[in-house]
Amino acid sequence: MPLQPTIGLEVHAELSTKSKMFCSCANEFGAPPDSHTCPVCLGLPGSLPVPNRQAVESVIRTGLALGCHVAERCRFARKNYFYPDLAKNFQISQYDEPLTHDGHIDLEGEGQPVRIRIRRAHLEEDTGKNIHLSDGHTLVEYNRCGVPLMEVVTEPDFRTAEHVREYLYTLRSILQYLGVSSADMEKGQMRCEPTINWIDPDTGERTPKVEIKNLNSIKSVYEAVKYELARQKRAAAMGEEELVQETRRWDEAKLVTATMRLKETADDYMYFPEPDLAPLAPEPEWIEEIRASLPELPRARAQRLVVDYGLPAYDAGVLTETRDLADYFEAVAAAVPDAKLASNWVMGDVRAWLNQEGGDISTLPLAPTALSELVSLVAAGTINNTTAKDVFAKMIAEGKGAQEIVEAEGLAQISDTGELERLVERAIADNPKIVEDYRGGKRKAIGALVGAVMKATRGQANAGLVNKLLKKKLG
Amino acid sequence: MPEITEAEVRHVASLAKLALSEEELARVGRELNRILDYFAELQQLNTSEVPITSHALPLVNVYREDAVGESLSPDEATQNAPDGVDGYFRVPRIVE
Ligand SMILES: [Zn+2]
Repeated sequence: MPLQPTIGLEVHAELSTKSKMFCSCANEFGAPPDSHTCPVCLGLPGSLPVPNRQAVESVIRTGLALGCHVAERCRFARKNYFYPDLAKNFQISQYDEPLTHDGHIDLEGEGQPVRIRIRRAHLEEDTGKNIHLSDGHTLVEYNRCGVPLMEVVTEPDFRTAEHVREYLYTLRSILQYLGVSSADMEKGQMRCEPTINWIDPDTGERTPKVEIKNLNSIKSVYEAVKYELARQKRAAAMGEEELVQETRRWDEAKLVTATMRLKETADDYMYFPEPDLAPLAPEPEWIEEIRASLPELPRARAQRLVVDYGLPAYDAGVLTETRDLADYFEAVAAAVPDAKLASNWVMGDVRAWLNQEGGDISTLPLAPTALSELVSLVAAGTINNTTAKDVFAKMIAEGKGAQEIVEAEGLAQISDTGELERLVERAIADNPKIVEDYRGGKRKAIGALVGAVMKATRGQANAGLVNKLLKKKLG
Repeated sequence: MPEITEAEVRHVASLAKLALSEEELARVGRELNRILDYFAELQQLNTSEVPITSHALPLVNVYREDAVGESLSPDEATQNAPDGVDGYFRVPRIVE
């Protein structure tokens, strides 16, 4: 049997709490260096950490959404290492007793559903930041040190880079729906470290595990996993390069992985129970309260949009990428007669505007009711799609309503049969050659005649009606 | 009780970033083995009925609410550090 890829993921997500994990310093990005620090997060002697209840709740919330069990009792542990991104020389994490464990995420796969088992989702603290200077120094600042960090670890269930990518999109949107993390990889709010090796399913023999770091986008993760799978397979087959257990660094410019250091084992971190923190024993009532407050998750919502609004699965997937976009769509769709038309507008012009402006739906200066007014005008045949696109741009630019713009500028579609008949007759008279072609069997020639009428009305004629009238006149 | 080997002492010393001389290695090895002897004595006790202790205090669920309090100023934060610049701590360059 051929070798089989084995990929597991560790994902870290910064929790969007107001304050840090074990002290009351602000959890805020972009403040001046070391302006959000205190004796606790600086690890000064005599200081004592106290856990942030909201952070514990966020991990329980995530665990429940991923189908995990919540531990009846668990504790924190010290992970010891020598690196100044943590002033204490250890990170408070969880080791033998994670807060939640044994869940799963189901992926669509390529039409073949894939279940990825979640080993654990636990709580720890983020590290500070290092800036390496060329003058032989490193600057360290601790604003991020002690920010609540959740680690979600999968079983090694991935077989392809495509599944890894789908998992990350899915997990990101779940975290955003839950409101526990902004989960933007480019901003470092979500980080991913894949562990990759190959296994011979017959003999159980495996290549050494390689962990990859420095991945700053979902696309990088995808590229790095593809690269690393190919590198290891080549090395295993050709024997040119010795495979060792190590941590490799993704080089974004060269699109390759390169040795960073030999991989530590758990022994090397000298884990031991954190004596300064009492164990956690989340009350069953609290857990049930959190479970009851879970929002509808992206996958379930997409399925509902298909059923409730008759949308294609593709539309439902796009519209539910973020909770805000899905909320926006549903608000628009509620007030128009044609949900698919509403979907076309949100997926098309609205998303195009968001991409162009680089904002999210909250930055769109168009309330759902304003868009549904426009969509309703299209659905009623008052304006056609081309005109509607102009009106959409004017609504954003001028802050006026769709109806108001259409009336003020006389943009309503011409559906008056008498006037259209006159225009159709003129188009026939003006284009004898095209009429001849049409009558001679070139049925497509009618398009040019429709175009002539549209031009004469500056795009405002009801194209469907023009088509019908032309066919009648031409016999 | 198995004896702690010299290789294990070397490994633990390297994890703790301790540079031990040959004599120190031998001495630390003997001392660690003496400590293990005490544990061997403790292990003679029958503890099958005693629940595993994960914490010295009979406390659980000690939380703080998620509210922002006061922090130190960058100057205060770095005042005891041997070296600092512009609110940053400055250390010898770390090779990743
Ligand atoms: Zn602090």
